[in-house]
Amino acid sequence: MTCCAGPIVADCARENISAARYALLDEMKANARTLSDGSVNYSLSVPQIHCGNCITTIERGLGKLPGVKAVRANLSLRRVSVTLESMARSPLMIADGLDDLGYPAQPLSREEADAGDPELKMLIRAMAVAGFAFANVMLLSVSVWNGAENATRDLFHFVSALIAIPAVVYGGLPFFRSALSALKRRRMNMDVPISLGVSLATAMSLYESFQGGRHAYFDAATSLLFFLLIGRTLDHLMRSRARAAADRLARLSAKGGFVVGAAGETSYLPLAALQPGMIIRVAAGERFPVDGTVVEGESDVDRALVTGESDPQHLGRGTGVEAGTLNLTGSIDIRATRAAGDSFLAEVTRMMAAAERGRGTYERLADRMARLYSPVVHILALTSFLGWMIYTGGGWHQSLTVAVAVLIITCPCALGLAVPVAHVVASGRLFAAGILMKDGSALERMATVTDAVFDKTGTLTTGEPRVRHCAIPAGELSGIAKALASRSIHPAARALAAFIAVPAAINLQKLHEVPGHGVEADYNGRTVRLGRISWVQEIAAAGKNDEILSGVAFAVAGGPVYVTTLSEQVRPGARAMVASLEAQGLGLSVLSGDAEAQVASLARSIGIDHYEAGLKPGEKLARLKSMAEDGARALMVGDGLNDAPALAAAHVSMAPASASDIGRTAADFVFTRESLASVSFAHHAALATSRIVKQNFALAIIYNIFAVPLAMAGQLNPLIAAIAMSTSSIIVVGNSLRLYRLEMNETAAEDQASTRGMAPGRAAA
Amino acid sequence: MNNLTILIPVALGLGGLGLGAFLWSLSSGQYDDLDGAAYRILNDDDDNGPAPG
Repeated sequence: MTCCAGPIVADCARENISAARYALLDEMKANARTLSDGSVNYSLSVPQIHCGNCITTIERGLGKLPGVKAVRANLSLRRVSVTLESMARSPLMIADGLDDLGYPAQPLSREEADAGDPELKMLIRAMAVAGFAFANVMLLSVSVWNGAENATRDLFHFVSALIAIPAVVYGGLPFFRSALSALKRRRMNMDVPISLGVSLATAMSLYESFQGGRHAYFDAATSLLFFLLIGRTLDHLMRSRARAAADRLARLSAKGGFVVGAAGETSYLPLAALQPGMIIRVAAGERFPVDGTVVEGESDVDRALVTGESDPQHLGRGTGVEAGTLNLTGSIDIRATRAAGDSFLAEVTRMMAAAERGRGTYERLADRMARLYSPVVHILALTSFLGWMIYTGGGWHQSLTVAVAVLIITCPCALGLAVPVAHVVASGRLFAAGILMKDGSALERMATVTDAVFDKTGTLTTGEPRVRHCAIPAGELSGIAKALASRSIHPAARALAAFIAVPAAINLQKLHEVPGHGVEADYNGRTVRLGRISWVQEIAAAGKNDEILSGVAFAVAGGPVYVTTLSEQVRPGARAMVASLEAQGLGLSVLSGDAEAQVASLARSIGIDHYEAGLKPGEKLARLKSMAEDGARALMVGDGLNDAPALAAAHVSMAPASASDIGRTAADFVFTRESLASVSFAHHAALATSRIVKQNFALAIIYNIFAVPLAMAGQLNPLIAAIAMSTSSIIVVGNSLRLYRLEMNETAAEDQASTRGMAPGRAAA
Repeated sequence: MNNLTILIPVALGLGGLGLGAFLWSLSSGQYDDLDGAAYRILNDDDDNGPAPG
């Protein structure tokens, strides 16, 4: 961790790879795609891209870096895709390059990065074909309705058949397949009446055309397919692909460890071979392979996985460490206390996997509707057929015509559009507000929450400490402190360096970082220290001062100790969010892995009465489970690695974009803006969407109440069918579009204005 | 009747041309970054379509 002995140190911090950098590197390597010519493609999420200038800046800036073959910035998705010449080039260079340009980046998972979704492409192609057929057949049908007679009418019918039949076969495939597989399992779904309606309508129209009949329903069959495919495509867009945050958690595991033998020699053993009682040496920058107790050495350890706190903790002899936590500064030996299979990390991974499986059981509103709807449709069609058979005394042709008309008119076009269109519009509105939605059903779940649970660090706070009180007198001493603070990558030192306004002293000698303690240097022959209080007190004049326990201390040898206290910065919009959610009748609570005192003061300051502190990941999960057993549906908002199981287990979950990669994967919503107004806005939007969806269902049902009796009475002709179906679909779409007009409340807008650096171009939009 | 034998194939051909053009533009990635495309036209750099991958 020593990089240069010279007095100018500010830039040296870059050489120190922080824990976050390690995580980023790991993630980027895991998600890289190797192309056929040996070059490697990396995708990064860059939320700050917001204008055309950003595209140029990024593409030119990164293009200049050595080894970069191609750069492509995507403004719609806020992503950058970079191709490097070979695996040998460190992808961290891209992230650093983006940082230098002012666009901090986050890794994208492989699933997220893969733009090619074959099923979606297939649906869009089917939709294009159905749309083409629909438009052309409709033109011919309009001519027929306008009075084309005899041979001309027959010609038009045959041309329609020629267009419609291939389109029905191709465009109908997704429905036919799904209907067949449902029937094989002796179940019913919405696709059964759809397939029956479309294929019967086409077959009957073909028969009519050969008979020289007056009515052909080719236009109905193709328009049905077209509308249904629109609904199906939008629905597909809103369905999340299986998320596997548990797998990513498992990737944090070390592959093995160096076991120290009796004579002091080390040998590498794979993870499974590590047994309790073995002494394992873990170098700086590595993750602990198993749980253990430190027997030799001391180091700073990133225990975010356990506590959610970003501050490294200093661990010495006799303290316990958990598998998966990251050893940052010094090499230490641990005695393994548990085998890898029983380690802390393995347990959290198992909990996470169980929570993810549990989530699959939610049945979406549209599916629940379908289960009720399709039997009703079949019964109606069958009743009409039998009724007409009795009425006409065996006139099967007319009876069948009526039955098919019932199937066509009840085809769930408007119903199929009711949910996905509302979800797509809401998702577009949320995206404009900086909230990314992973799954349409998340909106449904969000609309039904009764409780909201928050993590503290990084969620209610920004995770970056801010100087509350700085005791160091201005002038020379401040200059020295700033120089020392600039040397460290510790968040508290960073905050202090940013806080001190005077220029950093440059005449410091032997400046170096002491792992776990702080930074030390010589100033005019006297030692100066900045860091842990007890360590700084060793060189100070005054006796032990036990009153102040936390903060960053600074002293010149023989001089007094100056303690700077820090506090966490509450995210903007926290109070407004609390007020807004409480107004909606939600029960709020804070579940944190941090110490009691900090959690209590923060919870009080933003107005949340209920809080629990010192919780481990498993305990957070247990709290959510017990809430669920009491009938509560909880919204979990969290960011840390330690929140991941709880995010996966909660009824619905949200994470800030600054969250750990695993946290973002586990969450249903990710918000990119700093303000917590995003949380209340997402809840507000979910309620509005649920209202619109219910209206849409009502509209679709009203339409059926008018149209079905007409069809059953045999009064339906292709013209009426076409008008009725299109109108109902258009009304549903129009109603859903109203969601675009949702406003974020005013306090949220103020917060937004005060949040610096977050997509200024979008704030006005 | 005679004019129909010409006009219907012409109408369908034009429609088919549109369909083909749409399917082609879809597969060549022209809908991947709709917002960015609006700005790229103002760039002076040579730009030959979306990067592979």
